[in-house]
Amino acid sequence: MAQLSTREKLAILADAAKYDASCASSGTAKRDSRGGKGVGSTEGMGICHAYAPDGRCISLLKILLTNSCIFDCHYCINRKSSNVRRARFTAQEVVQLTLAFYKRNYIEGLFLSSGIIRSSNYTMEQLVEVARALREKHDFRGYIHLKSIPDADPELVRQAGLHADRVSINVELPTAAGLKRLAPEKSVGRIEDAMASLKSSIVEARDATTRFKSAPRFAPAGQSTQMIIGADAASDGDIVGKASMLYDRFALRRVYYSAFSPIPSPSAVLPLQRPPLMREHRLYQSDWLMRFYGFTPKEIVEATDGDGMLPLDIDPKLAWALKFRDRFPVDLNRAPKEDLLRVPGLGTKAVERLLKSRRWRTIMLADVARLTISLARCAHSS
Amino acid sequence: MLAAAPMIETMRVTLAAEDDFEGWRDAARGLAEAGVPGSAIVWQVEGGEKDLFGGDDSPRPPAPAPSFAVPRRFVDLARSAICHSDPERFSLLYAMLLKLSGNKRAMEDRADPLLDRLERLAKEVRRDVHKMHAFIRFREVDGGEGPRFVAWFQPDHHIVRHAAGFFVRRFTSMRWSILTPELSIHWDDAILRESPGATRADAPDGDPIEETWKTYYASIFNPARLKVKAMTREMPKKYWRNMPETALVGSLIAGAQGREAAMIERSAAMPMAGGNLQASWQALRDEAKRCTRCDLYKCGTQTVFGEGPLNASIITTYVTNAVKHFKFVLRGKKRIHSKPDTSEIDACRWWQEQERGVIRPALTVALGATAARSLTGKTLTISRARETPLTLADGSECWITVHPSFLLRIPEEDRRREERARFVDDLVRIRKRAAKLAA
Repeated sequence: MAQLSTREKLAILADAAKYDASCASSGTAKRDSRGGKGVGSTEGMGICHAYAPDGRCISLLKILLTNSCIFDCHYCINRKSSNVRRARFTAQEVVQLTLAFYKRNYIEGLFLSSGIIRSSNYTMEQLVEVARALREKHDFRGYIHLKSIPDADPELVRQAGLHADRVSINVELPTAAGLKRLAPEKSVGRIEDAMASLKSSIVEARDATTRFKSAPRFAPAGQSTQMIIGADAASDGDIVGKASMLYDRFALRRVYYSAFSPIPSPSAVLPLQRPPLMREHRLYQSDWLMRFYGFTPKEIVEATDGDGMLPLDIDPKLAWALKFRDRFPVDLNRAPKEDLLRVPGLGTKAVERLLKSRRWRTIMLADVARLTISLARCAHSS
Repeated sequence: MLAAAPMIETMRVTLAAEDDFEGWRDAARGLAEAGVPGSAIVWQVEGGEKDLFGGDDSPRPPAPAPSFAVPRRFVDLARSAICHSDPERFSLLYAMLLKLSGNKRAMEDRADPLLDRLERLAKEVRRDVHKMHAFIRFREVDGGEGPRFVAWFQPDHHIVRHAAGFFVRRFTSMRWSILTPELSIHWDDAILRESPGATRADAPDGDPIEETWKTYYASIFNPARLKVKAMTREMPKKYWRNMPETALVGSLIAGAQGREAAMIERSAAMPMAGGNLQASWQALRDEAKRCTRCDLYKCGTQTVFGEGPLNASIITTYVTNAVKHFKFVLRGKKRIHSKPDTSEIDACRWWQEQERGVIRPALTVALGATAARSLTGKTLTISRARETPLTLADGSECWITVHPSFLLRIPEEDRRREERARFVDDLVRIRKRAAKLAA
């Protein structure tokens, strides 16, 4: 086979990476390139440098080191038995691409993942080498997210955490049965062990930095994971339960969802949108309700229908409100914060503003219109 | 002019630049302490359009010692809002300052229309700054003493100085210039310099790396999830001229449907071959054993799973495997089959789709109405549907015929023979069709 150019490899290895939903570049330690030899800064808020026509933001150079893989996971385009074109970057090529893009202000940093070649340890070594070269050789201070290989040696994972802002391990599927069926080479036990060990490294390092300023940082942006939706029998209720367990046990920053659709199924009840995408959206909304609105996983489950599925036509907050009508209307001038957060159409920001403003004036509908963007929805419930 | 109006002497204040926060702060503070009403002040900018009546700055009253403290939040708000292009911003901020002198907590009333308007100005400025940080595209040029990175940008507001710190902190070791119509900034050897505004023609018109970047942009885009509105909401077209990758947007959108169709066709044509097919089937079978998607599992003892080779080109579906748990009523010791209801069939359709997903047959036969419902989601009359195939969601054909047990239950000998012959005709037709599809 003829040698592929860097651009040809990029086409293959970016295409192979696009099924990973994460693009976050926020929430890491603040740093910049002053006093250094290289480039790069992270200032808390991530930046989306471009948007693709799929509506997704482009923040990081998201690529695989290689899309060759010795595993044969059915949901994965890069599985051993797939006939996609294969390519492999050298560590040096990834470093040069990252720096060239970064210096032109195209990206916030690198999100590097890989198919498994030879062995888990060998693959992990390659990933760590890219991050090490960027940090040590080029003094790169931008954002780095490394995908950890679950079976890799803990020492390699430790090195990954020293160089990267975020390390992630994908749980892949919400149920053990689904993982067994679709990714027979992977195991829930090994994945969760790896997440637990990552968590303790992160906690230890954070603890150390509070006591010694010079203590080495370890994945300051924490760990995240991703689940594929719609490939196994899990209901939305099951998925929410699993996500909440993951947040609790492994102190995850984010659980990402990725809709799986081997074949679009236009026979589904709602013809408006391809259902998996809307389902994914509803799950993200429920994730937000748990993280920022004080909903418990049990309350999300209460918003689901008899089969444990969230409605596709309305958002989960509205679905919950419709089931618990006795909790409404809410008096915007008196209700406590927890109740205001339950009003459909009031977001966290609007609630903060309401709480402040109502100390100075009686809130009228016109005031609400200035405080929130979706007056129509909350007018019915307050 | 109404002669009766009491004359308040107009105060004229000239600021050094459109974004001169310090100048505004010093003047506003003194005027507020002296109790000058906002209506008596004309704010103007050095070199900008002079007020209709022109003229030089009025001598300002001597500033007394500050008598009130301004909250930090107001200072932050003012620093942003002052960069807005709205000519009223100076007087709006002054009105807010007067309000604060009377009520130091006025910043907390977010529903106040004046504060609301200022917050909006500040928000628009912050957005403009954020978009500048995001959408600036540097192009590398040979700068004599080594590479230099140059960008051209057109902000909506007077934000260049406000936004510069970010580039300084991020690209400290590089030499760069940002050119805009109002003001240009340059970073060399740890010094930030300013120069007058520039034009697009002053900026370089390309960079070889841009082709690689466009390759990335095209490859990371997922044609199966087209959401053009979500893209333009965050990346409005006015920024596109300076972003090389946006040249591809049109063709990516136009090609998306074709690419998605090709992806589906490819995945449909490619059976889930490979070493895991058998393992996958077995795991699916194990998972089905523990299925609780409908109430039938409560009294069922085992599931009825598909049987046969995994490379089959025909799958037949019949009653009990359209629902995986056999539904029955107990009569003595016998379990008599009873028809599953629609919700039970629909709950079980998921398994049906998983089984067919593994095998991907070109043709599926539904034996009986329950099976047909399970496959198509519709209630069909067999006598009307048996002659022509239906198309399933994955594009494969579905043929419908009677369930064999129907033949056994016909009491009249003649009719039984007749129905049996029709059934055999159906099967022959289906086999021929399958052979043709396989060819």
